[in-house]
Amino acid sequence: MSKLGKLMSKLVIRNGRVMDPASGLDAVRDVAIEDGRIVTMGQNIASTGAAEVDASGLVVAPGFIDMHVHLREPGFEYAETIESGSRAAAAGGFTSICCMPNTSPVNDSATVTSYIKERAERHAIVNVFPIGAITKNSAGEELAAIGLMKAAGIVAISDDGRPVMNARVMRRAMETARSFGLPVIDHCEDLHLSAGGDMNEGVESVRLGLRGIPAASEDVMVARDILLAQLTGARFHVAHISSRHSVEMVAFAKARGLAVTCEVTPHHFALADNAMPPYDSNYKMKPPLRSTCDLSAVTEGIVSGAVDAIATDHAPHAGSEKMQEFEKCPFGILGLETAIGVTLDRLVHSGKIPLMRMIELFTTGPDRVLNLNRGRLAIGAPADITIFDTERAWTYDVNRSASKSRNSPFHGHSFRGGPVATIVNGQVVWTADGLPLASPSPATLDLFSTSQ
Amino acid sequence: MPSGLLGIESLDRVEIEAILDRAKSFQPQQTARRKSDQLRGRMIVNLFFEASTRTRTSFEIAAKRLGADAISITATGSSVSKGESLVDTLNTLGAMHPDAIVMRHAASGAPHFLARHLVETPIINAGDGTHEHPTQALLDARTILDRRPTLEGLRVAIIGDIAHSRVARSNMYLLSKFGAQIVLCGPATLLPPELAQLAPGITLTHEIEEAIRGADVIMMLRVQLERQHEPGFSANEYFQFYGLRLEHMSLAKPDAIVMHPGPINRGREISSEVADSQRSVILNQVENGIAVRMAVLERILGN
Repeated sequence: MSKLGKLMSKLVIRNGRVMDPASGLDAVRDVAIEDGRIVTMGQNIASTGAAEVDASGLVVAPGFIDMHVHLREPGFEYAETIESGSRAAAAGGFTSICCMPNTSPVNDSATVTSYIKERAERHAIVNVFPIGAITKNSAGEELAAIGLMKAAGIVAISDDGRPVMNARVMRRAMETARSFGLPVIDHCEDLHLSAGGDMNEGVESVRLGLRGIPAASEDVMVARDILLAQLTGARFHVAHISSRHSVEMVAFAKARGLAVTCEVTPHHFALADNAMPPYDSNYKMKPPLRSTCDLSAVTEGIVSGAVDAIATDHAPHAGSEKMQEFEKCPFGILGLETAIGVTLDRLVHSGKIPLMRMIELFTTGPDRVLNLNRGRLAIGAPADITIFDTERAWTYDVNRSASKSRNSPFHGHSFRGGPVATIVNGQVVWTADGLPLASPSPATLDLFSTSQ
Repeated sequence: MPSGLLGIESLDRVEIEAILDRAKSFQPQQTARRKSDQLRGRMIVNLFFEASTRTRTSFEIAAKRLGADAISITATGSSVSKGESLVDTLNTLGAMHPDAIVMRHAASGAPHFLARHLVETPIINAGDGTHEHPTQALLDARTILDRRPTLEGLRVAIIGDIAHSRVARSNMYLLSKFGAQIVLCGPATLLPPELAQLAPGITLTHEIEEAIRGADVIMMLRVQLERQHEPGFSANEYFQFYGLRLEHMSLAKPDAIVMHPGPINRGREISSEVADSQRSVILNQVENGIAVRMAVLERILGN
């Protein structure tokens, strides 16, 4: 990235609708960038020697942050790499992504954290922030080297996918995390209650003869962790919240003044368990798609403010892994490239939330949880910018995905509005097909040939 | 239907009636052990990933009675036991261009998954996990209709491990489509309340006496220990509360019939006295299995 930075040190984004939740700004403005930082925002900014982007009719927002992705590197490079995942992120309008530690080896030490950081420095086209494991090998027994990982650059801890079942271990993790100023992100799932389950427990699982994962398996862990957060004073973040009672409990904890936050994935507010074509493993993930009642509850949570962030839980799996009997297929779906489209569709165009709230859920929302010092448009701030369109019709073709995997339930889905350009530290790292919005200065052309 | 038979849920009454009527016309041919040539030159592959005696044999005989060639493959002794994936196995068989694949599999939805990938070969579901077993429901309906003019208004008790029963699901869908009253009965852990929402006309009870009272048909199910993941009732306790015994029969209609998809576990879900009584139509079910499967094969493969 630093090498690319020299290619285009000055950029002006003209005439976009600049929307910044942190300051409340919502007006047509030019944004000038120099050496990776925002230097001016105003009207008719002079641009000597700068490349230009015409953003007329487009929204110019702080760079979107996805606080929950799986990059699969190290260990599962056949499904995704830091590079391919970062390209999918850029193509989805994300400038920063946080990668979960369930790699092989697990990111439970400063060595693995440093490896990820170095690989990202060399190969990623967006900012990559690693999340460290809570316990060694995410086995749920002994705490990982949380302090050393923090020093190496982790921004949170989580045993995502292999949640800590022992409450005493979770208590010690929260105490430790608090002392290092890190939030604890929990994939809330009581593994005894959910054991063997393949989809949400309800009419649909009974109808299809598939074993159910009850919403209660999420709820009991959210309840436990809220109580432990109260006991320890830790910051506790619920990953991919999906059930009605869990959302209610987070709202309750917030009302009590606890540092409890949560994220929702686009698929959990867009799809219910009855949306799955029979036994289509591209609809299989954890937590599973819940009932329509849960779906409306998480949507209400987004509207009311109980929900802090939208995160994709981007979980690539190789085609052969998803081409099996449903019960054998691994959990997880892609999410980076469709997040903006799905969110515009289900939340903004449907009138549930204003556009500014949507941007907040992708920017200041996750930043407040993680303290990345990103997610705002301010003079001197890193020039991470997401440019998107709220109207353009497009259809998602997963076979053209930048990800190495193809497991998306949104393949073939038509959207109204989506990402148009992604700017990371002042560099245009991605633009939508057929939308040459950067002026054809030699610098910009060089940039494209380098970053493709 | 020409594309195969994956389940009863998606069939309509007209299609079901057509199969049942055709099965009736096959009954004399079947009992006289005559062979015809409707499906001469057709190749049917029976692919059984799960142990089965009656269903596999029944499909094989049905195919042969119609003049088709049938071969049976079981998971043990095939490349499946060498770790081949389901999709590769089916692609391989598909490339040999059989006219239909009859498939039993322990995973719910396995035939649906394959039907999406093998668009050219009709797939007939011979039982998928805990989901559906459509030909069983068809042969059960044929067996009831051999003794009753209509399914409409009949009270049918289905008793046992409903949660894990593909037979129960297929029967619920079929009977409900024809206006029967269905009472599901079993231990609480094997009777999820959501079952009542699967189709109209379904009620649930944990009392076997209540289920049997006034019943026209009593369908007993096998306790599927191989599909249960946690220990439940002991055999003795189960039989005490959910086993069908002679004394229960006085609660049912005087001409009520007792059915069981087999294999039966005497003394576990049904007493020998009941299984061998005049009320039992268990062997008629087996006979009708062939006639119904002839009708299904003809419908899918006939011109």
